[in-house]
Amino acid sequence: MDFNLIINNFFIILQGLDETLILIFLSLSIGFFISIPFALARISSIKILSQIVYYYIFVIRGTPLLVQIYLIYFGLGSIKAVRESFLWILLKEPFWCGVIALVINTVAYTTEIFRGGIQSVTKGQIESCQSLGMNRFTMYFKIILPCAFRQALPAYGNEMILMVKATSLISLTTYMEMTGIARSIMYKTFAPIEAFIAAGSIYLFINFLVVQFIKYLEWKHNPHLRFKT
Amino acid sequence: MLKFNLLIFGDTGWGDEMLFSCIMTILVSLSAMGLGVFIAIFTAWAKISGNIVLKIIANFYTTVIRGVPELLVIYLIFFGSSAGIMYISKIFGYHGYIELHAFTMGTISVGIISAAYSTEVFRGAYNIIDKGQIEAARALGLSKINTFIKILAPQILKHALPGLGNVWQITLKDTALISVTGLVEIMRQSRIAANVTHSPLTFYLSAAVLYLILTTFSSKAFNKLEDYSNKNQVKA
Repeated sequence: MDFNLIINNFFIILQGLDETLILIFLSLSIGFFISIPFALARISSIKILSQIVYYYIFVIRGTPLLVQIYLIYFGLGSIKAVRESFLWILLKEPFWCGVIALVINTVAYTTEIFRGGIQSVTKGQIESCQSLGMNRFTMYFKIILPCAFRQALPAYGNEMILMVKATSLISLTTYMEMTGIARSIMYKTFAPIEAFIAAGSIYLFINFLVVQFIKYLEWKHNPHLRFKT
Repeated sequence: MLKFNLLIFGDTGWGDEMLFSCIMTILVSLSAMGLGVFIAIFTAWAKISGNIVLKIIANFYTTVIRGVPELLVIYLIFFGSSAGIMYISKIFGYHGYIELHAFTMGTISVGIISAAYSTEVFRGAYNIIDKGQIEAARALGLSKINTFIKILAPQILKHALPGLGNVWQITLKDTALISVTGLVEIMRQSRIAANVTHSPLTFYLSAAVLYLILTTFSSKAFNKLEDYSNKNQVKA
């Protein structure tokens, strides 16, 4: 092992950091906002809605992310109708294919997490909302969803870490983020250990920050637990 | 678009190749899971043994493996050990390129990833067990090994079963990543077939269906196992 080479690689791979961060940020934030209506649909009493979401989650959670990325990047591009439609503006770019695949993936997992959170809101709270005369919209956005989010925070933190790790798969669609750069360094220098240790330490640091962020959010949103030992 | 005639068995279709690759995926997943559980027994023991050095090593291992992308771990182990062995062989005077057995390396790399998750599952399962049982076993004069085999292990296994089911699903899906090292499992086979026939949608969709079948059946199997292990449980 050559420590100078690791430090050298470290700074080369850091140039791909913004690509990785954009992927993480876009997929997590889009996924977050899609997951809320999906979670509400999943628990809704309209059978068709909840069945559709159920099967969507079933299929996405049962297949590897790599299959989903390949299906979107190679599969959709092979359909002539897609190539001629407006969608091709997005789908011809590996970056947007990656974002779409990551969003589709994270929505399935996040929906289940939020569903668990929403279902953990006690019945008494819903009854007191109704007795205060709140309409359904206010009840959901002021009471149920904030409580559900607080409940779901630890599990959502795990999902965030999974997404940070998942972005490395986008390198297989020729998009050059950190893993892609590390791989090209390996092919150039024939020193795989140094290249991947440098890349891995950056991912580890990102995940460390994510964990601290989640801890801060949990501390902020659980004031009632703050002074318990 | 979709060309189902490409999926027939025999010389003209890819059906039999896909089936063999599916068996390969099952074999890799099973051996990786086995290796993972085997390693996890030791790392979980290291975490709860009270020895501070062992604990730090085990914590470092699980934190790093769970915090770094699986793809990087697989690259590091596959290409890294190849480079390491070539380095050693150079000392002995061999200068050629050495390629390692893809199945073995795939098993080892996915096994090491899956072990990190299994460790946490075992540790959690151990923590559920009432420590009074260990004291009771000691009071009855059971040796440490007998306490572990007759008292602790069956209960740990029972509490760990749901968690191990999750780890199995993760392991099964992680094997898709070792396609990058050249092992012909479902993902690699569908990639080859897609490139040869120029119909990626057909083969990636069938890969997705194969994975879906595998995950569905294995989750059913784990449910059965859980029912079996809970059959003596008094229902609350």
